[in-house]
Amino acid sequence: MHMADALLSPAVGGMMWGATAVTVAYCARRLQADPDERRVPLMGVLGAFLFAAQMINFSIPGTGSSGHLGGGLLLAILLGPHAAFLVVASVLMVQALFFADGGLLALGCNIFNLGFFPAFIGYPLYRRLCGPAPGPGRAAGAAIVAAIVSLQLGAFGVVLETVGSGISALPFGTFVLFMLPIHFAIGIVEGLVTAAVVSFVRATRPEVLPSATSVGSSIRSVAVTFLALAMALGGVGAWYASKDPDGLEWSVARVTGSSEQNSPDTAVHAALGRIQQQIALLPDYNFRKPAEEGGQARGDGAADNETRLGTSVAGIVGGLITLVVAVVIGTLLARRARRSGMRN
Amino acid sequence: MSGPPVLGALVEFRQLDLFAAQSSGVHRLDARAKVVVVLAFVVCVMSFGRYAVASLLPYFAFPVLVAIWAQLPFAMLARKVAMVVPIAVLIGLPNPFFDREMVLHVAGLGISGGWISLVSIVLRALLAAAAAIVLVAVTGFPAVCGALERLGMPKALAVQLLFLYRYLTVLGEEALRMTTARELRGGGRKLSIRLYGVLVGRLLMRTWDRAERIYLAMCARGFVGDFNSGPVSRFGWRDLAFVGGCCGAFLLFRVRDVVQVVGNAALGGGR
Repeated sequence: MHMADALLSPAVGGMMWGATAVTVAYCARRLQADPDERRVPLMGVLGAFLFAAQMINFSIPGTGSSGHLGGGLLLAILLGPHAAFLVVASVLMVQALFFADGGLLALGCNIFNLGFFPAFIGYPLYRRLCGPAPGPGRAAGAAIVAAIVSLQLGAFGVVLETVGSGISALPFGTFVLFMLPIHFAIGIVEGLVTAAVVSFVRATRPEVLPSATSVGSSIRSVAVTFLALAMALGGVGAWYASKDPDGLEWSVARVTGSSEQNSPDTAVHAALGRIQQQIALLPDYNFRKPAEEGGQARGDGAADNETRLGTSVAGIVGGLITLVVAVVIGTLLARRARRSGMRN
Repeated sequence: MSGPPVLGALVEFRQLDLFAAQSSGVHRLDARAKVVVVLAFVVCVMSFGRYAVASLLPYFAFPVLVAIWAQLPFAMLARKVAMVVPIAVLIGLPNPFFDREMVLHVAGLGISGGWISLVSIVLRALLAAAAAIVLVAVTGFPAVCGALERLGMPKALAVQLLFLYRYLTVLGEEALRMTTARELRGGGRKLSIRLYGVLVGRLLMRTWDRAERIYLAMCARGFVGDFNSGPVSRFGWRDLAFVGGCCGAFLLFRVRDVVQVVGNAALGGGR
């Protein structure tokens, strides 16, 4: 589920870098307040563990294919959400730098998609579903639900980031219908694997697993921040996505306008300029305007605005769906926090 | 490139790490300068529109130039970078299906916008991979971490990255031994999820014990929450010139169509 640089525009990538930086700073501050120094080497070595564990493939029953662990949820169960987020971030940074996996611009997206959702949405959900003393069946069920929710949100994040960037031609609806079912299945497997590892640890060395601690209202504030970011990404990011190609169009048009030669690559440039004019202002996820044959009239301001409007609407509809999902989760968390408050 | 994936990844990791131990003009530059330049490079490349193909080509000059300057083995780097091509083709493949408008006619053959953007995506992926790999090869991972920390990354993450870097190969080898042992005794059976839980759970417990030993060793040596990363480099005029020159060139490539000059050779030669 790695987001790739090649599909990303700087506006979207930069925004996700910002979101990730804020979360990293928040987690780092939370950890600094924790006096247990033992955690420092533990986190580091668990990062290396996750790296190694991801390279061991298991076979997925009934499909003949194999998969590997994502690990965000497992780390959150072992370390708590803040440390888990930093560990996932470090693993993704090493992957981006050494294996060119994802890329540097996409790093913010990847850390957010694969770190934030399991740690701050999936893990609280897991704790809530598990209860204080879960049986093996309940723990496995909780892990599966939490993994599915995390992966669905992460996959949806990938869709929003991709569509908002406007490099891929995949329409929003098609991409969603492709990503979400696949990551539903992957979520089930991830949940099963997480549950298998956790149950092994519970059986052999239960003291390693942290006792049920409250993941209270701070999670809610993080979730609210995330919502704001999602809306910003949907609205502003999508707007930039359609604005971006204009710069290239401008430079290509200038070149093609100023050159007279008939060499084949000039023809290529001229054609590229025409493509820019014809398509770049109308990415596939927009509302299509009624068919027209000219292609010249589209450069004007009105069409431009209309296109931007369409793009923003598509982005905001996506954002709204996330909003609904997140509101449901947030409400669940809020109710849980209130109930545990009353119990105390 | 046979053998288990663990082994392949460990070999890749070490190769790149060894490059960083060399010494050249680029290696001696301040790590912050290199990090900033590579980030500017990636942002410039990715800011092109969906159909940019020719305008991306001049950017290949940067990784090539740095690799030559740093005397990195070119073929090996090219192989590492080329490994992203299958994934790039995979993520770009929807474009020809959804973007079918014919935009180009070359020798009577129509080419749709989707195919052009597919090529663009592959080029972007190559450039992104080249940038990341060249950065590590001429800087080294600890120095990149140090640079990021001095550019504002929280210390907790910097320490985490350095720990991860140190123990990556240790745990990778542990995992390699475990999978080899299982394969030898498993009689060719595939690894089920339940057995995977046991195997990885065991690896996790070993990891946990190792962390405990490391912690005690750190205490014995007086660890105070920071790695001793040697002398702190200064940001000198060389670094400034490097940042200025590179970013200036990236902007020039972005604003002016250098393709008219460079692209003539690149495209004309290819056809």
